[in-house]
Amino acid sequence: MPDVKKILVRVRVNGAPREAEVEPRTLLVEFLREHLNLTGTHIGCDTSYCGACTVIVNGRTVKACTLFAPMADGAEITTVEGLAKDGQLHPVQEAFAECHGLQCGYCTPGLLLSTLQLLKKYPRPTDSQIRKGIAGNTCRCTGYQNIFKSIRMAASEMEKH
Amino acid sequence: MAGKVVAMSKKKASRGGSQRFSGNGAAAATTKWVGQPIRRKEENRLVSGKGIFVDDEKMPGMLHIRFVRSSYAHAKITRIDVSKAEKFPGVVCTLTGAEIKRQVQPFIEIGPGGAQKIADYPLAADKVVFQGEPVAAVVAETRLAAEDAAELVEVDYRPLPPVVTAEDALKDESILHPAMGTNQKTFKQAAHVVRIGRLHFHRFSSTPLECNVILATWDPRSGDIEYHCNNTFPSFASQFLAPALGVRIDQIHMKSFDIGGGFGIKITSYPYMAVCALASRKAGGRAVKWVETRIEHMQASAHGNERTFLDTRVALDKTGVILAIDSKHVDDCGAFPRYEPLGCVIWAQVLPATYRVKNVRIDMHQVVTNKCPVGPNRGYSRMQHLWFMERVIDICGQALGIPADEMRRRNYIRKNEMPYKTPNGCVYDSGDYASMLAMAKKLVGWDEWKKKQAAARKEGRWIGLGIGSTLDSGTNNFGQARIINPDAPFSGQSKVGIVKLDIYGEVVVSMGSVPQGQGHETTAAQVVADALNITPALVNVRPGFDTAHNAYTGHTGTYASQFAVTGLTAIHGAAMKLRKELSRLAAWKLQAKEQDLEFGVGGQGPEVRVKGRQKAINYWALANLVNVNNAGMPESLWDITLNCRHVFHANFQIPDVKRKYGNLTLTYAAQVHAAVVEVDRETFQPKILTYACVDDCGKAVNPLIVEGQVHGAAAHGIGAALLEDCAYDADGNLLTATFSDYTPITAMNIPDLMYGHMESPSPFTLNGAKGMGEGGAAPVHTICAALQDALYPSGVIIDDSHNTGDSLFRAVQKAESGGYAGMVRVEHRRASR
Repeated sequence: MPDVKKILVRVRVNGAPREAEVEPRTLLVEFLREHLNLTGTHIGCDTSYCGACTVIVNGRTVKACTLFAPMADGAEITTVEGLAKDGQLHPVQEAFAECHGLQCGYCTPGLLLSTLQLLKKYPRPTDSQIRKGIAGNTCRCTGYQNIFKSIRMAASEMEKH
Repeated sequence: MAGKVVAMSKKKASRGGSQRFSGNGAAAATTKWVGQPIRRKEENRLVSGKGIFVDDEKMPGMLHIRFVRSSYAHAKITRIDVSKAEKFPGVVCTLTGAEIKRQVQPFIEIGPGGAQKIADYPLAADKVVFQGEPVAAVVAETRLAAEDAAELVEVDYRPLPPVVTAEDALKDESILHPAMGTNQKTFKQAAHVVRIGRLHFHRFSSTPLECNVILATWDPRSGDIEYHCNNTFPSFASQFLAPALGVRIDQIHMKSFDIGGGFGIKITSYPYMAVCALASRKAGGRAVKWVETRIEHMQASAHGNERTFLDTRVALDKTGVILAIDSKHVDDCGAFPRYEPLGCVIWAQVLPATYRVKNVRIDMHQVVTNKCPVGPNRGYSRMQHLWFMERVIDICGQALGIPADEMRRRNYIRKNEMPYKTPNGCVYDSGDYASMLAMAKKLVGWDEWKKKQAAARKEGRWIGLGIGSTLDSGTNNFGQARIINPDAPFSGQSKVGIVKLDIYGEVVVSMGSVPQGQGHETTAAQVVADALNITPALVNVRPGFDTAHNAYTGHTGTYASQFAVTGLTAIHGAAMKLRKELSRLAAWKLQAKEQDLEFGVGGQGPEVRVKGRQKAINYWALANLVNVNNAGMPESLWDITLNCRHVFHANFQIPDVKRKYGNLTLTYAAQVHAAVVEVDRETFQPKILTYACVDDCGKAVNPLIVEGQVHGAAAHGIGAALLEDCAYDADGNLLTATFSDYTPITAMNIPDLMYGHMESPSPFTLNGAKGMGEGGAAPVHTICAALQDALYPSGVIIDDSHNTGDSLFRAVQKAESGGYAGMVRVEHRRASR
């Protein structure tokens, strides 16, 4: 192994404390996937275009390929694995599943987290707010139509509760 | 954003079904679930982050491989030195092309004659032929170590002149010429002859969001190779890999679980699969994982094929009905033909497109260039030809002053002519293109837009209306390969389905398909639920493909728009065999006649019972009888295994190779799209103002999935038409090697898609379903047509399938300087019909 000084990174992921020693150049997405075994967060490009790696860090959506893991030290992180509670899907997950807002499902975790943030900011989003809210998430399967539908459904379901 | 939805299906679908019982023992099943828009079985795991994609898998002792790739499009390799890389901490071994060449046979070539002499090795040995071609590989304990060490591999190149256009390549010898029919006489009789200059269909790729990923283990004890991978045509890959690696087919074990999109491109990962296996062997049998980066995917996986159309002549009668087309087409397959010789003939499935034209002569060529090899990409090979035909229709219509909709109406194959035999012997099963067009026009408000367009033109605005009619031919006859290579030892089509009761009575389905988001688990469950009169929730469908399930033939994979026909028919056949076995068993156990039995769900789960009586036996008890409690069973029932396998066959013949004539595919789903597009006078940026997709794929097994596929194919087409382009410079450098340059379509630039649906059941398939999903690149045709309509008054001829603000600016400039003069020439002849 190359003689690289490793850095201890401590985070809270989905409410639980997690830590690992990593090379400083480790990206947050690699840290989540390879070191914490949270494989629900995906990698789709190398240039922060596609958003498959979107997670929530300290209350903001972040493309996890744009942060080095040590930069997230001490952060509160939500990934797709943290959305369902007690075996019950989150309304955003339920809406995507019900509206067929996914096909291969590879982009879906990132889209779910972007949607969650979008609806936190705009509980009743306009069409244009929906488009802008997921502008950084590429989906190659759905043509986005059912994703728009899913987000509208999630908004109306979350408003009820 | 709310898209309008129009349905012409007469039968209104009701959601779900009450618990009814179907009688008649093993007789035909009812259709209670097929046709319903039920929620997919796949959704819950995928929205929970519980999908299992290959890169999510880890193996004990797993190593990582990194490729060293050519920076040149065309060059001689003069030296490779891996010594520094091998000394790097964590590196286990390296591989070079020269080393591999001694260990493997070159891959099989599909093409005939000279193409057979192409030596295609998984790593380049002494010459590179495209930018990104792998020349060496480094295997290390960690991904980072492999990446670092790969930087230390020294490669010296002597650059050679690159060939990057089909026309330049043609200056050499062309490879093949499947010309079809003759039509010289028709041209003499025509009222009009339209000559069209060069047209060009650009390179793009549907770029699945998950790149290629391979996890390979070559076990030194058994000699078996195990692949976890996302190759979507595993039977094809193993037929290429086994001879190259010198193993038996049964020693190659492949499995996939969830796949992050494919669209055809992942069929071509087999060269990398070979290297990963060799790396595992060299590393003593440790697992080796390769995760392709996006740049590697863009440079060196596969692109959709690029086609140039030259010297086109079109003969028309005085009403604008096309009598004959004569043209020369050149496919640019990149550096290696690999799968692509099939693309040289697959377009012939849709030779006359949606039109009645009887005489078509295409002089088809294929050339190799110093660019990424091409492979199947959604709409494979047919979309290029269909785009050409749509351009012909629009250019001729405009030249003769016939509106685009009227031009199509006059030329479409009529509903009452179905099944329709094409000039080259293909049979279109069903369809009603004129009604689809009427629906698409209604959805976009065609007539109102025509008026608005006239008003807008007076204000100097460039607004255009366009139509794209296209076909999605599905369930291919591999016999078409014989047209390019008469010695190719394959033909027909087959798929396997297995339905069994496991020991505790669980209904378990193994599919012979490799789904990538198409919802196969759901539609398979719908079919089995109907066959056994149970619910889809009671049907356990194993996700993904696994050689160990034994549900494969040499045709097994997911490609060519066919699962609804091939895969589901196989599964249905297996379910009906299981139903017959259950019926025989129950008749014995319940002391009843088979015809008095009925299937359904009772208080203790799925069961078989005697009609009108309280006697029933559930699946647990039936499975128990066969598997663990079979003493006393009469010998006449010993053939029952409750593990039923069925193989789908299509009634295909080998085409007449000399005449290039025969039925090349089983079903023809159709799409008619209509759009209104405005080109900004200041920026020349094209903008879609309204867009409608009408599809007809026969009986929709799950309308929710069908609509989703239509949206997806539309997005790929719109992206291809306006954004996505694998652009090369004159030196063969790929200019769009990242997503930031390639710019896949996003939520910001997809228009709202209005959706219309029709059902013309196929007479040739179970339930009348047709394969679908590829979509025939309808938006590329539609948007080009609309741009043509918008800019025709300015003298522009849309001659390329990819159009941006930049290219349209140049097109208008070209028109202003008379650059399109002679591009379209019309001869009117007096003494004709």
